[in-house]
Amino acid sequence: MSPAPALLDFDRAMALFDPALGLEVHVELNTRSKMFCGCSTEFGAEPNSQTCPVCLGLPGSLPVLNRRAVESAIRIGLALNCSIASQCRFARKNYFYPDMPKDFQTSQYDEPICHDGRVTVEVEGRQIVIEIERAHMEEDAGKLVHVGGSTGRIQGADHSLLDYNRAGVPLVEIVTKPILGAGAQAPQVARAYVAYLRDLLRALGVSDVRMEQGSLRCDANVSLMPRGATELGTRTETKNVNSLRSIERALRYEIRRQAGLLVAGGRVKQETRHWHEDSGTTSPGRSKEQAEDYRYFPEPDLAPVAPDPEWVERLRLELPEAPPQRAAWLRAEWGFTEAEMRDVTGGGALDLVVRTVAAGAAPAAARKWWTTELARWANSAGVELEAVPMTAEQVAEVQALIDQGVINDRLARRVFEAVLAGQGDPAAVVRDLGLAVLSDGSALRQAVQRAIADQPEVAQRIRQGKVQAVGALIGQVMRDLRGRGDAAAIRQLILDELTSGQEAG
Amino acid sequence: MALSRDDVAKLADLARLELTETELERLVGQLDLILTAVDSVSQAATAEVAPTSHALALVNVMRDDVVTASLPREAVLAMAPAVEDGRFRVPRILGESA
Repeated sequence: MSPAPALLDFDRAMALFDPALGLEVHVELNTRSKMFCGCSTEFGAEPNSQTCPVCLGLPGSLPVLNRRAVESAIRIGLALNCSIASQCRFARKNYFYPDMPKDFQTSQYDEPICHDGRVTVEVEGRQIVIEIERAHMEEDAGKLVHVGGSTGRIQGADHSLLDYNRAGVPLVEIVTKPILGAGAQAPQVARAYVAYLRDLLRALGVSDVRMEQGSLRCDANVSLMPRGATELGTRTETKNVNSLRSIERALRYEIRRQAGLLVAGGRVKQETRHWHEDSGTTSPGRSKEQAEDYRYFPEPDLAPVAPDPEWVERLRLELPEAPPQRAAWLRAEWGFTEAEMRDVTGGGALDLVVRTVAAGAAPAAARKWWTTELARWANSAGVELEAVPMTAEQVAEVQALIDQGVINDRLARRVFEAVLAGQGDPAAVVRDLGLAVLSDGSALRQAVQRAIADQPEVAQRIRQGKVQAVGALIGQVMRDLRGRGDAAAIRQLILDELTSGQEAG
Repeated sequence: MALSRDDVAKLADLARLELTETELERLVGQLDLILTAVDSVSQAATAEVAPTSHALALVNVMRDDVVTASLPREAVLAMAPAVEDGRFRVPRILGESA
C-alpha cells in the first residue's frame, strides 16, 4: 500500500472544496423492555443475563412489538417535523456478524415510520435548515469486546467476546438528507445538529441520550466536491464518534484527509472509517457492503404498523416545547444577554444551569460556574460538560457557601478543584481542607499585625491618611492566609488596627 | 427472469454457503424455475390490488412495555460454543482490518 498523501490544511481545503454532510444518528430508547421481547434493557447488568429466545434468535421464537417504542418513534418524528406514515412495516437486514445472534437485524427499509422532516440549528448566529430524510425503528446489536492485541481494537485481536444484553434494545435511526452549503462551518453544523437532537430527545424523555454510554451515536458521512460543482463526491462514513467534540474533530480530519487525497490526484474510496479519539485520526473499516447485499425483505413475523391518526394527533398535542423556544423564555426569565445565553446553550450547559437554579443558585452565578470553571475543566479533561463529576446541586451548594460568606470566589475555585477530584461534597471539602474564610478571630488579627510589622512604611502612609496604600497590606495578609481571607473584612481590620495604634500612640 | 451462475454464486457467498460447481449448476436451474413460478403472480396483480407482504390482514400487534423473565444466564451460556468472562467467545473477526 502506498503511503497516504498528507492532510491538507483545513482553510485550503475549504478554499478548494465544498463539503456535503450526511448524519445518521442512532438513539437508544429508554423503554423498560426490549423492542420485540420482554427482556430488561437496564444498563450495566451481568453480561448475557438479559436475553431470551426472541433476542437470541432461537428457532420457533416470535417477536412482538413494544408499543411504547412505537410511541417514542412517533414522538421523535413529530418533534423533527416529519410526516408519520399511515402504514409501515419492518424488514430484515441480513448480514453475518457475531454481534447479531439472529443473523439479521430487524429494521425498517422501504417504509420508515417517520419521513421528510426538518429542523433549524444555529451556528455563530447563522440559521441552517437540516432536512430529515427519515426516522425509522430498529434494534440494537450485542456488545463486542476484543481480546488480545494492544489496544482492545479489532485489529490484531486474538478473539472476541460477546454480551447480548444490548441485542434487541429499541433504536430509532434518524437520517438527514445531504447537508449542503455549510462550507467551512460544516463540522460545527454537524455538532450543532447532534447537540440539538440531544436536547430535543432529552426534552421528549425518550432516551438517556448519553453519548459516552452509547445511547446516542452518530455516524458522520462527508464528501467533498470542487467549489461550484453540483455533483456530490464519493463519501466516507465515520463511526465510533461518541462525543459532540469528536463529531467536529472527526469531520475536520476527514475533510482534510479527503482534500489531501484529491489534491494529490487520488480518489476517495467509499468506505466505513473508525474514529480514534486518542490519536484524532480515522482508519478504514470494512468496505461498505452494497445495499442489495443486505437482501432486505419484509419481516414476515411482525404485522405492519398503522398508527391510529387520533393517537398521532394526541401525541402531537402533548409534545414538549422545542429547545429554541424554551431557551428564549429562560433567557428572558434569567435576564441574560444573547451572548451570555449563547455561551450557555452552545456549551451544552442549559439543563445544568436550569438544575443549578432549581437547587437555589442565582441564574448569573449558575451560568458563571458552568461556563467558566467547569467548562474549562471539561475541556481540559476532554469530556462533555454533562460528564463533569460534579452535580448541579453541588454547584448550587458552593454558591450558597459564597452567599453565606463562608468562602469567597477565590476559595470557591479551590472547592471546585477538590470536588472535581472526588474529595467529597462542597461543605465537607471546605471543612476537611480548612478552606473557610477567616472573617474574624485571632488568626486573622495576627496575620494583619504581621503584615503591619513587616511593612512599617506602608503602615505609616496609611496612618497619614493614604488609605489607598492598604492594598499592599491586604495582599500580604491574603498570601499569609492562603487566600482564606475576606478582603473587605481584612481591610476593615487593618484600618481599625492602624487607627487604634494612632490613638494609643 | 434469467438467473446467472454468478448471481447464484454471489448469493451463496452472502449466505455463507460453500457450493461445488455441480451444486451451483443444479441450483441455477432450480432457482430460475422458482422465480418463474413466483413471477406468474404478477400476471394476477392488477392496479386495484395492493402488493401483499403479509399473509394475514393484521396491523398493530403490540404489547405493553413490561419486563418479563429472561433465560437463566447459565442456560444461555451453555448454548455458546465457548465462554469467557460470562460472554460468548468467538474466533478472531476477519475481513474488518485495514
